[in-house]
Amino acid sequence: MLHRATQVETLQSAPLAVRGLTVSYGEKPAVFSVDMTLRAGAMTAIIGPNGAGKSTLLKAALGVVTPLSGHVTAFGLPISAARDRIAYVPQRASVDWDFPVRVIDVVLMGLYGQLGLLGQIRGRHKARAIEALARVGMTDFAQRQIGQLSGGQQQRVFLARALAQGADLYLLDEPFAGVDAATEAAIVDVLRSLRDEGKTIAVVHHDLSTVEAYFDDVFLLNTQEIATGPVATTFTDANLAAAYGGRLQGRPAPLPGALA
Amino acid sequence: MVADALLLQLGYNAVLVTLGAAVLGVAAGVGGTFLFLRGRALLSDAVSHATLPGVGLAFILMALLGGDGRNVLGLLTGAAVSAAAGLLCVSWLTTRTRLSEDAAIGAVLSVFFGFGIVLLTVIQSLGVGSPAGLDSVLLGATAGMLRADAMLLLVAAALTLAMVLLLRRPLTLAAFDPGFATATGRNVARLDLAMMGLVLAVVVVGLKIVGLILIVALLIIPPVTARFWTEQVSRMLLLSGLAGGLAGYIGAALSAALPNMPTGPVIVLVSFALFLVSLLAAPRRGVLSAWVRHRSHQRAVHIRQGLLALAGGQPIYERLTLRLLQRAGLARADGVATEEGEAAAAKAMLDEARWQIVLREPAHAAAARRYDGLTRLEEVLTPDQLAAIDAALPRPRAV
Repeated sequence: MLHRATQVETLQSAPLAVRGLTVSYGEKPAVFSVDMTLRAGAMTAIIGPNGAGKSTLLKAALGVVTPLSGHVTAFGLPISAARDRIAYVPQRASVDWDFPVRVIDVVLMGLYGQLGLLGQIRGRHKARAIEALARVGMTDFAQRQIGQLSGGQQQRVFLARALAQGADLYLLDEPFAGVDAATEAAIVDVLRSLRDEGKTIAVVHHDLSTVEAYFDDVFLLNTQEIATGPVATTFTDANLAAAYGGRLQGRPAPLPGALA
Repeated sequence: MVADALLLQLGYNAVLVTLGAAVLGVAAGVGGTFLFLRGRALLSDAVSHATLPGVGLAFILMALLGGDGRNVLGLLTGAAVSAAAGLLCVSWLTTRTRLSEDAAIGAVLSVFFGFGIVLLTVIQSLGVGSPAGLDSVLLGATAGMLRADAMLLLVAAALTLAMVLLLRRPLTLAAFDPGFATATGRNVARLDLAMMGLVLAVVVVGLKIVGLILIVALLIIPPVTARFWTEQVSRMLLLSGLAGGLAGYIGAALSAALPNMPTGPVIVLVSFALFLVSLLAAPRRGVLSAWVRHRSHQRAVHIRQGLLALAGGQPIYERLTLRLLQRAGLARADGVATEEGEAAAAKAMLDEARWQIVLREPAHAAAARRYDGLTRLEEVLTPDQLAAIDAALPRPRAV
């Protein structure tokens, strides 16, 4: 009974609580019966081998792909009622960067939910978009066509779009994939400042060497949940071996240059 | 004659057709833009071909009920229903089977069209109603166009434009990043449905003028044309509507003015002419400007390489390099630098030496990223920074 009561409480307060989530592509489950609870005000890394279902877990939690079963709440509400408090940064490669929009237009997309019936963009919307761009160091690029951006700049623009939403929960899908070191540092800085403001952040991450430097919590996934908890106690060789199996030849030592 | 047609001086029917075609062109151009941006342009071809069985069945139904079977509203309703059925088939095949969308489109398009042709043939021998002219839905026939037809076009176009005005932002979002659209609470499936609704409306009202075989051209070519000229969706919508409207207007006028010119096909050809001009002449994305940019880049590379070779006292092997240097008055035909060439070579050498320092110096990492072998360091750094680098330079050799 006691256990049940605590669980209800967690569900009510957690920025994101996933219960029994299963997603299948065809007849093969990509994510099987996963429970995940994000701790408020923490930065969580979602890690696991390729094909472990990390991105799928995020997408299914948000309804971007339809889960086979499962229950998802955000801030104690059904996900559909909490969308304005959630910002999502999809994988950079998931969109066509030759699309006819400028950088500022992409950032403004984060504000579409707040526009009126006719979709009129007003001064305050623009100001918010510029502010978000400034936060990722991309103010000078506001009028650029997105096709002219480097990979790192594209990722910053995606982050700026999420910032413009002014959300309380940030879900990022591989934000460090294929970006330069300066961008990685800039993104980590922004995420840390968000966390310091009390926001909750979850990042699908693949670079094990930076997990300890960047994150508070870790969620290990390989189709099923392997382990979850604070990095210090959960990011262990035993858990990594369980998640990666024989594919991980010893754990890479943290880089001396990694941002502390 | 052509001028008269363009100025709407050719009589009632010609004016109706010309204005109707222009309105249809605007609606198709605007409605087709999102289809193109969503990467589903070909879907419109399945929709248009899938109208045919509906036309046939509607005719048979109306004839059996005692009419002559050619009630326009009835035929168009039939067309819309069977086009929607075709659309459902494509979407079912794509989501529920392992067929890719192009294969599903091909299958649905040909089967529906084949069935439609069979129906039209059967109707001829059925002896009910008055089927003469029913096959005009294939390629359009404007000769008998009525005021009511034009009005129907106008209403459909106005509805299309209003819907685009209301939905342009969510449609843009769904086309650019459907995942993000869903995550922020947009129903992408419903938006796609709205988009296909626009297309369906355009196809159905366009049957009379352009016909179902060619209407796809009016949905696809104007957006593609507009894309050459702009990097913003809002402007693309305007330009695409403009291109479609112009094509409809000019094409219909031409076919009215010249003998034996079918309206629909001429409209498509005019639309293609606009596309061709854009393809060639558009400022940034056009073929000509890309060629000019490539040539000027090539020239800059060759001159720079040539100057560095001159400065280092190396021979120039590349004929193009030598020719370009000669034309710029920097070298003689035998590959010896002119006075001007020596000065330029020394400058290039100095610039390169400065860059080497910048590239080695971590403090200049931001500037170093702009090194491409062509950009001069003076354009990147301030004079003060430049002076600091010069101080670190080994004294440049006098040339």
